[in-house]
Amino acid sequence: MSDLKPGDRVRIDTIDTADPAVQRLMVLGLVEGAELKFLRSSLGGDPLEFRIYGASISLRRAQAQHFHVSQLGAHGNPG
Amino acid sequence: MATRVETAVSVDSVTIHRRAAGTVAVVGNPNAGKSSVFNRLTGLRQSTANYPGVTVERRVGRGVFGKTSLDLVDLPGTYSLSPNSTDERIAVDVLFGRVTGTRRPEALLAVIDATRLYQGLYLLQQLVELGRPMIVALTMTDAAQRQGLRIDYAALQEALGGVPVYPVVATTGRGFPALNEALGRLLETPAPRVVEHWAELRKVAAQLAERWHVGGVDLHPIEVERLLIDAGTQTAGTQLQEDLAAARKQLFGGAPPLAVEARRRYAWVRATLARVETPGSLVVSRGAALLEWINRPWPATALFVLTMALVFQAVFAWAKPFMDLIDAGISAIGAAIGAWLPPGALNSFVVDGAIAGVGSVIVFLPQILILFLFIIVMEDTGYLARAAFLVDRAMRVVGLSGQSVIPLLSSFACAVPAIMATRVIPNRRDRIATILAAPFMTCSARLPVYALLIAAFVPVRPVGIFNLQGLVLFGLYVIGILGGVGTALLLRRSVLRGENPTFILALPEFRMPNLQTVGLKLLDRVRVFLKRAGTVIFAVAVVVWALAYFPRSAAVDEHRTQARTVAAATLTGAELTKRYAAIDNEASAEHLAQSWLGRAGHVVEPVFRPLGWDWRVSAAVIAGFPAREVVVAVLGTIYAVGGDADEQTLAGQLTAARHPDGSLVFTLPMVLGLLLFYAWCLQCAATLAVIRRETNSWGWPVFAWTYMTALGYTGALLIYQLGS
Repeated sequence: MSDLKPGDRVRIDTIDTADPAVQRLMVLGLVEGAELKFLRSSLGGDPLEFRIYGASISLRRAQAQHFHVSQLGAHGNPG
Repeated sequence: MATRVETAVSVDSVTIHRRAAGTVAVVGNPNAGKSSVFNRLTGLRQSTANYPGVTVERRVGRGVFGKTSLDLVDLPGTYSLSPNSTDERIAVDVLFGRVTGTRRPEALLAVIDATRLYQGLYLLQQLVELGRPMIVALTMTDAAQRQGLRIDYAALQEALGGVPVYPVVATTGRGFPALNEALGRLLETPAPRVVEHWAELRKVAAQLAERWHVGGVDLHPIEVERLLIDAGTQTAGTQLQEDLAAARKQLFGGAPPLAVEARRRYAWVRATLARVETPGSLVVSRGAALLEWINRPWPATALFVLTMALVFQAVFAWAKPFMDLIDAGISAIGAAIGAWLPPGALNSFVVDGAIAGVGSVIVFLPQILILFLFIIVMEDTGYLARAAFLVDRAMRVVGLSGQSVIPLLSSFACAVPAIMATRVIPNRRDRIATILAAPFMTCSARLPVYALLIAAFVPVRPVGIFNLQGLVLFGLYVIGILGGVGTALLLRRSVLRGENPTFILALPEFRMPNLQTVGLKLLDRVRVFLKRAGTVIFAVAVVVWALAYFPRSAAVDEHRTQARTVAAATLTGAELTKRYAAIDNEASAEHLAQSWLGRAGHVVEPVFRPLGWDWRVSAAVIAGFPAREVVVAVLGTIYAVGGDADEQTLAGQLTAARHPDGSLVFTLPMVLGLLLFYAWCLQCAATLAVIRRETNSWGWPVFAWTYMTALGYTGALLIYQLGS
């Protein structure tokens, strides 16, 4: 999930849950099956901003790489 | 039971305002509009204090709903019952009744953002399981409507086990009559039916609660569930720990309990969301497009720099007239009381000690107000979180995260509230590094010292489009920032070494600031500041005054009387008045030289001589250790320009001051060294006290003081020795 283009829609497939920070993100809703939209990266390419069901969450690439995702089409279908 | 007395006054109407029928916790996600709802329900009938042992604000307000009056406790925002910061821990502890001095809430008012139901439902499910009477205030329903979001309130209520849901708009007050009515009935509302979603966890927790109860440990099954999941929670007793470890293994296998819980609950959340909410077709408005553009890295950076420039312009230029006004007012009060009281120790104590001392702090009120107004508005609009997101990468270079930017910005006004603002930083190492960096930022108390020395010793000379004086002031700000950043870096590489801090932050949508919220927060800041001026600063002013006033020497007074007699015999009119003033000033300077403070200056002079300071500067610096702004007043007295030290005349005196051997005291290297000393030295008792409270240790304030003093001394020494 750490190399996406702004506007990409993804679904989380699997998560490496060992990092406590990843667990915090799961409490915020980044769990398997959740669909996200990558909005932008900040100055210098990090941190990243995602939209998840109406909420915006920012996290660093270091945590993002623990989330494995698949791309979705424009209307939420895998594509 | 007391005898019931029949009176003409309805018993209800008497007791309503005396005692609350119960305590209601106002709980919800951060940025869900919880404070706006709380303020609207309680108005000004609220009080703020700290929870015992921490500086998390405890906001309690009394609200009257129909015939019922309730105490509302505004809890810090949280996403779940698994606390991640001091703030969130307090929220959870209050809910479970674990905080001394705060009643366990009988009922809950959950405040949930309608546009972020996804995360709201997660918390709601946990709250429902607490099994207490509860209602939901669904905020931002106007924003949800604009997004085309349709929410089926009846279905939501059903999904929450019957918890009533009230849509409100906190900014306009829409929906509040119904919410008020519901609050009046809240204590009689039946507790929600708990939807059985994780029977195994519930069963294990109940068994453990029962077993421990026999052993004398009383915990609610839900508390046991939290212990099972939030492994970090400390509990006494090895038996409990063993039981927990065994149960965890049975329930979660090897997986992290928190991850397992999140998966389970969000499965329910997504199923519920599908039934309750119909997503709208997102229409991109022109405003939204502008916000989208402004959030891009480069426009955002430009906006950030512009905002910072505006804040500093406001703090230093706009505050000036108000500060002058306050200054004049305090001088007038001092002069009036000074003329009315008979001359002597009492007069000096009231005028020079109490009024001048407290006045020297009150004068910063306009600057602090303006700075906080900006910070509160930035916070309320959601801009602060955006700024943190923007600068996170840069802050990481020094081992901090974007979340440190908010406290560090505040410390340009005053380090005390800045250090208190660090409590949102979850990581302790990160937080302490920020706390130790904050006192380096140029606070408003350093300004008078800078202004005096720059006006006296830095020539007004144009440098490009700037002025040399302005550049030196700017340089001092940079030196402060470098000191703070360097300290953070050093600490993160040594005693506070640890993995890079994370940056997990919910970025709220931009919204217009709520005037009531901004006003109440600002009022609160003023209250805290004035309270400090009235207690700590007052005490410091009195002590410094006493040290500078006692012991009184009869010889000095006698000398003064003689000199006045001689003057009266030879001079008349304006000449005589001038001479009198000069004689009085010389006498106060001599008194000061003989006072405890003057003697202390002489004693420590050898320590500061390598910096080029004489006993006078040394004495002034000593007097400034409890509160650095005192130094201007002390220098004024010491250099005999009278108690009412005008910067211009004082500057003139300073430039003429000489060492006993005839050489000038205030040479350029000495002045630059002195400025550096002020930029880096921790001369503020209030900051030390707040570091002590926030880190809950004496070690950190002692370290901060020693380290910063040593740094300032070394810097001044190097500049003076190399420059002379």
